[in-house]
Amino acid sequence: MNPATESPAGVEATGLTKVYGHGHTEVVAVKDVTLSVARGEIVALLGPSGAGKSTLLTAMALINPPTSGQIRIGGKLVMDGARALVDLRAFRRQHLGFVFQKANLIPFLNARENVQVALEVNDVPARAARMRAMELLEYLGVGHRASNLPDALSGGEQQRVAVARALANQPSLILADEPTAALDSQRGRQVMELFARVAHEQNAAVVVVTHDARALDIFDRIVEMEDGRLKNRTEPPSH
Amino acid sequence: MNLAVRDVRHNFGRFAFTTVGIGLLLMIVMGMGGIYRGLIYEATLLVDRVGADLWVVQGNTRGPFAEVSRLPANLEDRVRAVPGVAGARRFVSHTIQREHQGRPLRMVVQGLSWPEDNGDWVPLEAGRPLGQAHYEMIADRSLGLPLGEKVKLGKDTYQVVGLTRGMVGSSGDGLAFFTVSDSMAIQFDVPGEAVRLERASRRARAESQDIGRVQPLLLERAVGPSSGLPALAPPQVSAVLVTLRDGEDAGRVAATLSTWPDVTVYSTQQQKDLLLSGMVDKAKRQLGLFRVLLIIISTIIIALIIYTLTIDKIRDIALLKLIGARNRVIVGLIFQQALLMGAFGYGLAWWLGQFAFPHFPRLVVIETPDLIQLAFIVLGISMLASLLGIWKALNVEANTVLAT
Repeated sequence: MNPATESPAGVEATGLTKVYGHGHTEVVAVKDVTLSVARGEIVALLGPSGAGKSTLLTAMALINPPTSGQIRIGGKLVMDGARALVDLRAFRRQHLGFVFQKANLIPFLNARENVQVALEVNDVPARAARMRAMELLEYLGVGHRASNLPDALSGGEQQRVAVARALANQPSLILADEPTAALDSQRGRQVMELFARVAHEQNAAVVVVTHDARALDIFDRIVEMEDGRLKNRTEPPSH
Repeated sequence: MNLAVRDVRHNFGRFAFTTVGIGLLLMIVMGMGGIYRGLIYEATLLVDRVGADLWVVQGNTRGPFAEVSRLPANLEDRVRAVPGVAGARRFVSHTIQREHQGRPLRMVVQGLSWPEDNGDWVPLEAGRPLGQAHYEMIADRSLGLPLGEKVKLGKDTYQVVGLTRGMVGSSGDGLAFFTVSDSMAIQFDVPGEAVRLERASRRARAESQDIGRVQPLLLERAVGPSSGLPALAPPQVSAVLVTLRDGEDAGRVAATLSTWPDVTVYSTQQQKDLLLSGMVDKAKRQLGLFRVLLIIISTIIIALIIYTLTIDKIRDIALLKLIGARNRVIVGLIFQQALLMGAFGYGLAWWLGQFAFPHFPRLVVIETPDLIQLAFIVLGISMLASLLGIWKALNVEANTVLAT
């Protein structure tokens, strides 16, 4: 079953364009892209380097304002062109989760604290945040590594902690930029399966930028980009 | 969860080394303040301890602590005759530097008006007050003279019969108490050859005048001791200390003495004020300047280290912004680190000072109000020092975390 057909849009980008520089140095990274991902749906964003995938993702992540176009998250219009209509930091805190190619864990916090910090910045009391962080780490199979600093974790473990941090506040939208690039194929597939599980079990919209063609069967939908535009939309091979 | 503490724990080595450096700087800042307090204490110690109500000094001078003051020793008899005066003592104070056992020995020679004053008011750690009119001394421990030690000063040898501690002059040199006559002998001691030359010179001067030629007896007297010549003034003292009768109005007695044109009268407080506004004031300004410079240096060091620590975790700060951390979380992280550095540095300075200050050549007096003042200064410089790091952190974009 594709949950996209039954859920309201987790994220909608309409006529999104992002231009870097101006004049002779102007580069159009994303051109008039319209994309909608429903809650409970996991979408792969494919394309060659420089296609505009990461720019589109960061625009939807509200950390890279578009030049024009609109972004709705959970049905709420949050960006109209470069103009933010909400407090972006607060909105990210409450509704968005991020995973990147690098786990980007805070090196002076252990695994549990790296998850806990995302909860505490969202005003979850310390005790509840600690318990929720442990639950997530257990859920992702790294509970036994909770007290280890990132340096002591393997790449796969770090990435699972990063996923736990992204899930901490039960976001309605999870954005992942090549989250398996630093992992072997087995670990990479496990992470992708994890995203699918989260999308389906926690009813989150998940957008994953990936080059990893071996795990495409996991996605509900695959979107390809080229030269800043959406190329086509396809169903994954195994569906 | 306290991010600042966790980051400090993670970067403990760098934090600790920097804190030690800050602590040493703050210890010097603390010590500078303590030296200033010590200067005041030492400068006013003798004036306080000697227990005089009025100081009679040479006319139009500011007394022996400010400049040379010379009074005839018999002035004390004139002072005793003033109504309201219970007693008068001669006060002799001068600094000498002699050699003792092959090492330079610098001391403030202090004359006690024997037999009225035998130094029983001097706080003794060992030994006893002066017991005879000559050849005994009470020495401050800082002079390094043990009890019973014999010291040759001038033509005479003096034995240390008492030891005191913390009795130093305004220049920091240890005090040595003698009887007034001994202290004058030490002060006016001249070699035998100089005495002989002076006597010959006196005779030559007398011979060249009519009175010498017509009064042969005068020529004989001229080659005798100075004390045998009524025309020569007796040895002089630095001041005469006045003790008033109980309930006597010091202002009234001072007014009477002030009518004498050859002297100037100061109360004890005025004498202390003159001391503090003279030499100590310059030292205060000098030490104050050093303190300000050291505080500025401490601020710059804390600021640079906090800035460096902030730069090191710029991606972490960007990540915190990405996940929605409010500015106060980020500001708190940096400010608390600066505060921790300042607080630990301050604590370390205080702790190290307990061991270091007693070994300083000058007395270091640390007073609670000064410690509180420095604590507020450290708080201020910590806040100031964190501004650079906070400015950098607040200007980081959340998408910096995506940069490779």
